[in-house]
Amino acid sequence: MLIQFTEEQKMLRDMAREFTKNEIAPRDKWMDENGFDWELCKKIQAAGFMGANIPEQYGGGGGGIVDTTIIAQEFARGSASVATFMGGQWLASNLILENGTDEQRQQYLPLACSGKIFAFGLTEANAGSDAAGIKSLAVETKDGWVLNGSKAWITNSGVADYYIILAMTDPDQGTSGISAFIVPKEAKGLAIGKFEEKMGVRGSATCELAFDNIKLPKEALLGVRGKGFKMAMQTLDIGRISASAVCAGISDHALQLAKAYANERKAFGKPIKAFQGVAFRFADMYAEIKAMELLAYDAATTKDAGLRCSQDAAAAKLFATERGIQICLQAQAVFGGNGMSKEYDIERLVRDIRVWSVMEGSTEILRMIVSGGVLASK
Amino acid sequence: MVKEDYKGIWVFAEQEQGILSPTVFELLAKSHDLKAKLGGSDEVTAVLLGSDVRGLAGRLFEYGAENVIIAEHANLAEYSTRPYANVLAGLAEKYKPSIFLLPASPTGRDVAPRVMCKLLTGLTADAIDLDVDEDGTFVQTTPNFGGNILSHIAIPERRPQMVTVHPKVFSPLAPVSGATGRIITETVEVEADSAYQVLESTPRVFAGKPIAESDVLVAGGRGIKTEEDLAMLGELAELIGGQVACARPLVDCGWLPHEKQIGQSGTTVKPKFVINFAISGSVQYLSGMQDSKCIVSVNHTKGAPIYDVSHYGAVEDYAKLLPAIIDEIKARKQA
Amino acid sequence: MKILVFVKQVPDTDDVKLDPRTGNLMREGVQSIMNPLDANAVETAIKLKEEYGGTITAISMGPPQADDVLKKALAMGCDESVLLSDRALGGADTLATGYPLAKAAEKIGGYDLLICGRHAVDAETAQTGPIIAGFLDIPQVTLVDSVKIEDGYAVCTRLLPDRTETVRVRMPALITVCQEINTPRYPKPAGIMKALKKPRYVWTAKDIECDPAMIGVSGSPSMNKKIFEPPKRNTDTKYFTGPIEDVAKQIVDVFQAENLI
Repeated sequence: MLIQFTEEQKMLRDMAREFTKNEIAPRDKWMDENGFDWELCKKIQAAGFMGANIPEQYGGGGGGIVDTTIIAQEFARGSASVATFMGGQWLASNLILENGTDEQRQQYLPLACSGKIFAFGLTEANAGSDAAGIKSLAVETKDGWVLNGSKAWITNSGVADYYIILAMTDPDQGTSGISAFIVPKEAKGLAIGKFEEKMGVRGSATCELAFDNIKLPKEALLGVRGKGFKMAMQTLDIGRISASAVCAGISDHALQLAKAYANERKAFGKPIKAFQGVAFRFADMYAEIKAMELLAYDAATTKDAGLRCSQDAAAAKLFATERGIQICLQAQAVFGGNGMSKEYDIERLVRDIRVWSVMEGSTEILRMIVSGGVLASK
Repeated sequence: MVKEDYKGIWVFAEQEQGILSPTVFELLAKSHDLKAKLGGSDEVTAVLLGSDVRGLAGRLFEYGAENVIIAEHANLAEYSTRPYANVLAGLAEKYKPSIFLLPASPTGRDVAPRVMCKLLTGLTADAIDLDVDEDGTFVQTTPNFGGNILSHIAIPERRPQMVTVHPKVFSPLAPVSGATGRIITETVEVEADSAYQVLESTPRVFAGKPIAESDVLVAGGRGIKTEEDLAMLGELAELIGGQVACARPLVDCGWLPHEKQIGQSGTTVKPKFVINFAISGSVQYLSGMQDSKCIVSVNHTKGAPIYDVSHYGAVEDYAKLLPAIIDEIKARKQA
Repeated sequence: MKILVFVKQVPDTDDVKLDPRTGNLMREGVQSIMNPLDANAVETAIKLKEEYGGTITAISMGPPQADDVLKKALAMGCDESVLLSDRALGGADTLATGYPLAKAAEKIGGYDLLICGRHAVDAETAQTGPIIAGFLDIPQVTLVDSVKIEDGYAVCTRLLPDRTETVRVRMPALITVCQEINTPRYPKPAGIMKALKKPRYVWTAKDIECDPAMIGVSGSPSMNKKIFEPPKRNTDTKYFTGPIEDVAKQIVDVFQAENLI
């Protein structure tokens, strides 16, 4: 029993599980059809999850990485969309927590805890893995900065109160020329495009952002100029750990759905679970989900101990996202033809899990990171 | 306490503003059934508390009471927990009944535990059946987990054996006009409870009469997809002279108020006719309506438990069948 | 103001089944939760504390794992917890449950308001609260759906089937609350982190000076002779089949036969 939660963590898990069962899971189908659920968002705010990652002095839950990973996994069992929302929230607020000045922390972290929505924006339509290819530009002026450009595929865009935008401040310096800025939604010149019609996690708000000469004060710069990319990569470790646990949650949900179906559906006079072809799938699913969990919580524990975990976080996400896709497909196969029907939830999970191998570090990037690390060491 | 000293079956004659609760008559009837099963030597006694309520004794005799104990006092005019509990406990200690039945009404369930606590005896809550087993033991059946599991409870040694009984489980005897019996007038000293005061009482306003009073019910369940479909149930109800009722999911989602809910945690109904649409028939639901005289059920799942209690069934999608039924009725009315 | 709130751990399901072999409840895989109406009771206590100030003690009687519901009560916002855990208390009916809970209240002392959920979803007796009040000889108000405090009185509204009543009761008093009274909050992560650092007590029957004859099996006048699943009816159902219009016709035939139209 490698994963040993504290009493508090077990209580947190139980509470998140109950909240998911009562509030989140029943809404997932609606969100798939209608998009972001403001009513549910209010409940999430009221239950104190928005600031779960923030220290108590700012009004947060004081949770470490293991704690937020637990919450993310439980939420994912009910809705991948909500897990995506939480991930985006925590990612952005963690950036401020880890890199903000005291004033910035005092100003923004209590807002995150009280329920204000945060979003993290790096990707652009023409630059995803190649972060140095971003074209958003922030030019220093005597009063602060002027920001121009655009973003795409930003989680929580269109519903966020605050955006952490990564923009070029020194275009000739590649990734070391990128800085981070805190941009409120009311900023003049910020235009929010239409919501993206996505294959999955359709309850998560994703849209294009355009910046037209947005004037930002000096204090809008988060952390040190030019360190924006590095900050983002470090914080992304947490996001990757979380993503692994989320995939474990979605995969387990898929397994449970398939299990229920295999018990009920009869063929050739027996429930289909009696056939090894069906039953054996569950052995592989179980082993892989367990592996995902162990990878996730191992990296989370390492990060909480203050140690470097980039390679393990990347390895965890690499494994969990790729295997998660396969597990959901396997689970869908158990349903036979019914797996194609929207009357059953499984097809939604197949669509929802796909994005995780692409966002917050695509599988290909993660393979570069991990293989680079492995081959570089003796 | 010697249990053999305790004889007789008591029924708390719950009354409010001079009107006896119908459950009292149901319990008087059942008391006679128990009396017979216990050998016939227990007398059936109604216990009546209040102020200026003597006039109700006649009704109690008509419905089967052999004795009526009357305890009147100005401070008993309105129900109040501690004064009522004190009087009932005192009477029980004096007259030593073997069995003491009370309606499982808000009042009954409010006072019975206080009496039982004073007498240090057993109290069974909300029984849905009462019987005497092969050993001659008085046994009460109660629901657990919303009715999914039933228990047989007995109070082997302590007396009286107290029970609050679910309404409408038993049927009253046909009243015998002019029947009479023994009246025992108890003079009681009752202090009002100065700590407890009812400031006001406001009747609740409901749409339609209570579903328990309807002869005809049209019930919808979890499978009803839209509020428009719900309105169609209302249309059918109007056409056949009935009322809309429902299973719990339609109350939980806010479409109908709790008063319309049939079932263990709602209302038990025994109408002449009930037609169910999109109700699978959970144990809790069935226990609330299975004794209805004529039951028709429409559900799209073959083998749904609702059919276990239905006289007529159709395995169909209600969304298609319900409009067809309404059209057919209208067509026949025109002809 | 000193509030005592009583909470019970119950199985989490409407779907409990009996093991056909042993006739006992199937416990495997069934989670335990705080009785939902007790969560309403805790929420009532916390709202009163937020408005009027005071302390809340959460009390439960049960085996050691019942502590889980006390932890939840603390995480929601109660200030301290008391678990009555003792083999001698086991196997109790409502009388032998209300008695030790009342003794615990006596040991704590100085209480103003005792709050219970109206009933527990397993046995649904709705008796434990009134029995506690009986042993403490304090007034009770049942079926409460709102409560406020005025000068040492609890002013409650009661939700009765045919009417609502407003009742004024002098404290110390006990109220039982219905689910309509509020929506219990989820414990916030911050609350969860703090919960286990609050004062938590475990008391035995001796600690609360229980008379041994009044607790456990020997203190229980009632006994459970048997548990069973309700007998399934097997009515002879006449099914209507065929095209929809024909089925509709056959059903309307029944309406006519029953003189409904």
